[in-house]
Amino acid sequence: MRLRVNGRDWEVDAPPMARLLDVLRVQCELPGTKEGCGEGECGACTVLVDGEPVCSCLVPVAHADGAEVTTIEGLGGDHRLQRAFAEHGAAQCGICTPGMIMAALALPSSPSLDDVRVALAGNICRCTGYHAIYRAILRA
Amino acid sequence: MRTAAAALDLVRPKSVEQALRAMADDPSLVPIAGCTDVFVGLNAGTFPGTRFLDLWPLEELREIGIRNGAIAIGALATHAMIQESAAVTSRIPILAAACREIGGIQIQNRGTLGGNVANGSPAGDTLPVLAVADAVVVLRSASGERRVPFNAFFTGYRTTVRRPDELIVAFELPPIVDVQWFRKVGTRAAQAISKVVMAVVGGERPRIAVGSVGPTVIRCTKTEAAIAGGATFDEASHILEAEVQPIDDIRSTASYRRRVCGNLLRRFGADTGR
Repeated sequence: MRLRVNGRDWEVDAPPMARLLDVLRVQCELPGTKEGCGEGECGACTVLVDGEPVCSCLVPVAHADGAEVTTIEGLGGDHRLQRAFAEHGAAQCGICTPGMIMAALALPSSPSLDDVRVALAGNICRCTGYHAIYRAILRA
Repeated sequence: MRTAAAALDLVRPKSVEQALRAMADDPSLVPIAGCTDVFVGLNAGTFPGTRFLDLWPLEELREIGIRNGAIAIGALATHAMIQESAAVTSRIPILAAACREIGGIQIQNRGTLGGNVANGSPAGDTLPVLAVADAVVVLRSASGERRVPFNAFFTGYRTTVRRPDELIVAFELPPIVDVQWFRKVGTRAAQAISKVVMAVVGGERPRIAVGSVGPTVIRCTKTEAAIAGGATFDEASHILEAEVQPIDDIRSTASYRRRVCGNLLRRFGADTGR
């Protein structure tokens, strides 16, 4: 299978039902995508497949065959959302942060608070709470 | 204990015809699409299947259009696509409302209407909508196609009339002229599985369906008949509370669910000025 991850082509030798999450972390050596619940509840493993946020723990790698995948590493570290999360203290333990940022990437420009709440409804944070996260995204 | 991916086979047909032939040849194949339910079971090590049939790339099953006056929704239409479809939002806005309540954006981008039905959870959020819409399930096999009323599709808890060689290919929803109403009650507004989920189509004889209160979605025909016979919504709410068959489980109790069913029907009456 052939994946394009963060702009780089990968020829992946994995079982077709391997989780995209595991292929990204182990074969592509991109551990920025985190595993939280393993059942699509927490959103920690969110990546973009062809621009759409998905839970990579629920996607067989076969469904990313030929697709464009973007992980947190694809943002390079100085993306406006990454800077805003740091400036507004929108992370504590940090496990949810990559997923929150990847989900926020799919928002239109100048989102309302309601837009942000809906876009992040599938992402759970268990330590910081959501207000700093929303504030960071609104001001990014 | 996660299921080892290497132990799982995936058959990848290029067309619906190829998929149907594969199902005829091997009834053990489990059709998969968005995988938002299947992988939960695989990740937990509780999913019994090991041989899968990949429907996800079959674009022809993803179409939403109008056919003979009914809206036809392909089984692979995702919850996100359904919310964005002008045909759905103009004709059956309660289906878009139900899809908006399913998981978060990540799940809505992958989960499909066909999967929600095939999975057969009594808490499936789209099921009460399909029940009150008098939807038709289009089943196809290598030997032909048949149409089954949605309200005759489920035979019990996660059991249906679908044969192992049949695929759900689409749903047909006839036009609805009366007021439509939908409400989901869960622990929180987002990412919750329903404690009670109700859809209603108004009219002289309203159509009422409730999920999470029985082995499968329930069309509440006794309550519908009572309202058609002149019962007030308060009287009908008591009938509804007796008609549903909830149990105590991890999400709620039977008595809470009965009470909420009655209250939701009263709310429908109040919201629609009846």
